Amino acid sequence: MTERPTISAAAAAAPFRFQRSTIREMGEKLLGQSARRRSATIPTRLDLRASNVTVAYPNGHVALRDASLTLDGPTICGLLGVNGAGKSTLFKAIMGMVRPAAGEVRLGGHTVAEAQRLNWVAYVPQNEEVDWSFPVSVRDVVMMGRYGYMNGLRIPSAADRAAVEQGLRRVGMQGFVDRQIGQLSGGQKKRVFLARALAQDGRVILLDEPFGGVDVTTQEQIMALLRELRAEGRIILVSTHDLASVPEFCDQVALVKGTVIAAGPTETVFTPTQIARAFGASAAQQAAGQASVSLRPDGDGTTLVVAADGRVLGRLEPQGMPRQP
Amino acid sequence: MIEELLLPFDYEYMRNAMLISGVIGAVCGLLSCFVALKGWSLLGDALSHAVVPGVALAWILGLPFALGAFASGMLAAWFMGFIRRNSRIREDAAIGIVFTAFFGAGLVLLTLFPSNIRLRTIVFGNVLGIAPGDAVQMLIVAAGVLLVMALRGRDLVLWAFDPTHARAIGLDTRLLQTLLLGCVAAVAVAAMVAVGAVLVIAMLVAPGATAYLLTDRFGRMMAGATALGGGSAFIGAYLSYFLDGSTGGVIVCLQALIFVIVLVFAPQHGLLAARRARQRASHPAGSIA
Repeated sequence: MTERPTISAAAAAAPFRFQRSTIREMGEKLLGQSARRRSATIPTRLDLRASNVTVAYPNGHVALRDASLTLDGPTICGLLGVNGAGKSTLFKAIMGMVRPAAGEVRLGGHTVAEAQRLNWVAYVPQNEEVDWSFPVSVRDVVMMGRYGYMNGLRIPSAADRAAVEQGLRRVGMQGFVDRQIGQLSGGQKKRVFLARALAQDGRVILLDEPFGGVDVTTQEQIMALLRELRAEGRIILVSTHDLASVPEFCDQVALVKGTVIAAGPTETVFTPTQIARAFGASAAQQAAGQASVSLRPDGDGTTLVVAADGRVLGRLEPQGMPRQP
Repeated sequence: MIEELLLPFDYEYMRNAMLISGVIGAVCGLLSCFVALKGWSLLGDALSHAVVPGVALAWILGLPFALGAFASGMLAAWFMGFIRRNSRIREDAAIGIVFTAFFGAGLVLLTLFPSNIRLRTIVFGNVLGIAPGDAVQMLIVAAGVLLVMALRGRDLVLWAFDPTHARAIGLDTRLLQTLLLGCVAAVAVAAMVAVGAVLVIAMLVAPGATAYLLTDRFGRMMAGATALGGGSAFIGAYLSYFLDGSTGGVIVCLQALIFVIVLVFAPQHGLLAARRARQRASHPAGSIA
């Protein structure tokens, strides 16, 4: 924390920045790329509108039907639902990884493709999705957040380096730049990918299971960081199984079960009745003998969400109660 | 003694063979990093077999054989992808069906239309007898792949590591995949000349796998694999003069030998290093001197 080179370096580089970008534009023209991917100013009001999105996979499986979700302005929204309910499909639709068969997603009025070009869409993957033995360092990973700003050859500029440095500092990982990513703890791994989203300056940040394999301290740090990001005007969308943490940091909740069955402020949507709708088994699933979920009151005023096999899936706490470790 | 060791350099066919092998080996080594990290070994093997009918057809139609081979490889890759995307067949089964079908078709074509391309040459390679025209084709392929790597290498690394992020920042991941497939198919064609269709996959896997055991940086891995692939192919071709054995066989054996040595002795990811680490973990600090 002793050195703060970013600000001074950025200031020193400022007179050359114009020139650099001109060169970059020339390079992009030479490489046949449009002069795109410029960092845009945060619009006065960023919103996410998914309207009547239906997604069908080539094998015919309809993963999401007529799903609508509107997030008007900066927020932290928790996306809850059982596995296979369509959470990740909704994520994919927002990230442009699947093309909806019907309906559309708009981010700040832009189509997903436009938002991608503006580098608005940032993604923090689930720990299980990443190849941790891939030969990349912490710095390499965070730098990947800057690729959208670089020219076709992906040669980092001083601004890119500064953004990487700043992102790492914000998550407290500046001391680990040269580590191979597999040689980090679960929480550190999460923070590196958060730093990548920060370096990218994503406006809509999607996090998949951000608290998987993370200790309580890191969880608190991540939550604090997410609140900061919301305050900066970003939309944070979190897909999670960890019901207990939801009331603590989500101001909105969307329940997914084949479609968005309920969405809105946490106080109104994160209720035992609604959760039971999202996590309870349908008649068809019960016929197939699959596990259902029940809610049981616990001794000290909390409600447990319990699977049919007795596993406690989560704990619903009355507002204002301290969380038990 | 020295004179004897320099003997292979006196013959033009040996000089050509060593140069061509070295260049192909280096390009294969570069691509082998992606093959190793994407888990494409089986796919690479399939591509190297699927080019055979293209070679036969190109000869029948009087086209450059690299062109036919490349088209045939890409068609096979497309078929595999198509089957996997649109049916419940798993990838390995799709690969197995498509590449054997292509290879079979190639054998039929080669026997129905007896040509001056001998089956033996395709299956086992014959770098010592390479025609000057073919050598030029190889060098063009190598240059093309190097150009793609220079322009799109970083995007390919990003895509190999995290396709979701690549997609989220608006990269055309389908294009990247096609590009890498194209490169693998192209060098498979080139390597077929050096070591034959059967052994191509060794050149496309071993250097990358070896370098992967030695470093945690992609840049170094690529540099190492390129040097290793190029060096071992060059030296293998050179040694085959004295051994009077199959050039392809010598190259691949040499690469396998280096891999085994590295697998055991690699400072961090080798078997011995892993054992040391286990011992350290099971004994409290200080109990071993």
